[in-house]
Amino acid sequence: MGQIEWAMWANEQALASGLILITGGIVATAGQFTQWYFGAYSIAAGVFVCLLEYPRGKRAKGSTMERCGQRYMTAVVKLFGPLTRNYYIRAVLHLLLSVPAGFLLATILGTACLAIASGIYLLAAVRGEQWTPIEPASPREGGMAGRAHHQHRPSNPPPRPPAEARKKARATAGGSPRAAPRPTRVPVTDEVV
Amino acid sequence: MGNWVVNHWFSALFLAVWLGLNVFLFVDAFLKYEKADKYFYTREILGFCSRTLRKQLDHNLTFHKLVAYMICLHTAIHIIAHLFNFHRYSRTRQATDGSLASILSGLSHGEKEGGSWLNPIQSPDMTVEYVTFTSIAGLTGVIMTIALILMVTSATKFMRRSYFEVFWYTHHLFVFYILGLAIHGIGGIVRGQTEESMNENHPHECAESFQKWDDHDSHCRSPQFEGHPPESWKWILAPVILYIFERILRFYRSQQKVVITKVVMHPSKVLELQMNKRGFSMEVGQYIFVNCPSISLLEWHPFTLTSAPEEDFFSIHVRAAGDWTENLIRAFEQQDSSIPRIEVDGPFGTVSEDVFQYEVAMLVGAGIGVTPFASILKSIWYKFQHGDHDLKTQKIYFYWICRETGAFSWFNDLLTSLEQEMEELGKVGFLNYRLFLTGWDSNIAGHAALNFDKATDIVTGLKQKTSFGRPMWDNEFSTIATSHPKSVVGVFLCGPQTLAKSLRKCCHRYSSLDPRKVQFYFNKENF
Repeated sequence: MGQIEWAMWANEQALASGLILITGGIVATAGQFTQWYFGAYSIAAGVFVCLLEYPRGKRAKGSTMERCGQRYMTAVVKLFGPLTRNYYIRAVLHLLLSVPAGFLLATILGTACLAIASGIYLLAAVRGEQWTPIEPASPREGGMAGRAHHQHRPSNPPPRPPAEARKKARATAGGSPRAAPRPTRVPVTDEVV
Repeated sequence: MGNWVVNHWFSALFLAVWLGLNVFLFVDAFLKYEKADKYFYTREILGFCSRTLRKQLDHNLTFHKLVAYMICLHTAIHIIAHLFNFHRYSRTRQATDGSLASILSGLSHGEKEGGSWLNPIQSPDMTVEYVTFTSIAGLTGVIMTIALILMVTSATKFMRRSYFEVFWYTHHLFVFYILGLAIHGIGGIVRGQTEESMNENHPHECAESFQKWDDHDSHCRSPQFEGHPPESWKWILAPVILYIFERILRFYRSQQKVVITKVVMHPSKVLELQMNKRGFSMEVGQYIFVNCPSISLLEWHPFTLTSAPEEDFFSIHVRAAGDWTENLIRAFEQQDSSIPRIEVDGPFGTVSEDVFQYEVAMLVGAGIGVTPFASILKSIWYKFQHGDHDLKTQKIYFYWICRETGAFSWFNDLLTSLEQEMEELGKVGFLNYRLFLTGWDSNIAGHAALNFDKATDIVTGLKQKTSFGRPMWDNEFSTIATSHPKSVVGVFLCGPQTLAKSLRKCCHRYSSLDPRKVQFYFNKENF
């Protein structure tokens, strides 16, 4: 378990907690349960947590899968600088946010899940992790996956030898129909194998 | 009972439909599970089923995820429903309007035969939270749900691919989930009227006159209620027993000694382990689970077997692709310390076994996906050596696609020896293989252009020249379709999803509508 970045799991857990808070809050408010105003709070807290946690931070090692459309929230979250970068602050924030929802049965599950996420963030902070935004402008590093021997894709097919040499090859190679490297007709794109 | 049905016909109908769906799913699952390693014993009892059924059986992981989604959905519905229930119980407990609901709520606990109570909230001061955390159903519910949520958040694709250990260890929380599920209903909070109480107080007759229950002149007594017995254990008993069997079997197999006969370090950090185990027998393209206690006690990782059944050992090729594999390679690289102990579970089958059932086979291996085909090609070699003419296969087209051949030089050697073998036996046409380097650059291409008239390929040293870029599948399929107009062609892929999509499309496109003419069947190996 040495390579784990706890913040990544905390992020998934917190996002789930946000959704659970929203759901519980809707149930409590719509059902007009006693003290349903806690439910209303829970919806608001849930939305806030979801927005904060939606942009995934960059992994320290390896490539990070962005969530769909996260770059808009990344820009906003980035603005708060150290407040959002530091995981101690996030841990305390989530813990505080989870407390009021604990007064209502419908939202207490959200409290428990958010508190767990807060605990995992605390662990991440203790291990020195930080939230770094994923910049869209950086060069495509993920797909290359360490193939250092070429820097960019050639866009042309490989050069063919001159015509006389080709004719000679056909004469000598005889039955082997696949003697020459065949140029590609489709652009070679990266795929994850 | 009849009364219950009349009162609850809607929920009964809904339940019947839902149960029907579950039954369907159960049967579907049962068929699917015949091949997954979890259900080894089912296979033992029932025997093997035909090939077409087996194709669907490799989707056990997909099915597991589907069941998980269903569980999450139903958990949400269940919790929301009970939230409303508790809210209403609490409200009627506090109501003083003398309505039927409040009278029913007032029926108290603590009477002689375990109580005739209906409302689990005993007093107006008791909060729903208190009941939740002090009743068995509530407490187990909370524990189960939290375990479920933790399992789900650590099992997203991102988490699985990036931090496998977190996923693996957290998923063991399922133990708490299943235990909680088994005892969830023991408290009997959901209550219905007892049989004998129905005789004394039938709702149809007595509900209107609820103020006069237990009066001397009324023939209605107070109704008595009893809890539903717990039912969840009935659903989970069989799978739990099967699962326990599977773990016991894995433990038993892991205790059997694995003798490592040879360790080879190939270029690009590929480790080959040749092993022996008593009673181990395999078929082509199967895989085993490997555990190395000195690295991690609990982790079992799957590896395709790269040896042929005809050999007297079984082997795997391990490439460094994460914590566990890197640790394994490092452990074997150290010459001074003793060889770490290895435990093996398996072999488990995949569709590569079917390759000899087709007259013509197209084998496509992308990158590391070439490993099952190592086993197949070696097996062919041995079959030829032994003059096995029972092979249905007449022709094999093998496509190997990778970025660079460095990590697969071991496979290169295999192909070289196969080339020689085919020449000696005079069966050059049996195996046609094409290699595609997708990671070429101008240097490599320039080299190839200069040396194209050499007899062997400069990249691989094989007689078959390497092609650059990706295969043009339309060409390949149409060529094969015209060369074998009346054959059934099996297409086997071990590689990425995008490639699977294009191959599947080509299979549909080039399969003739006439069932007597050429048909392409697509088989994908899952990892």
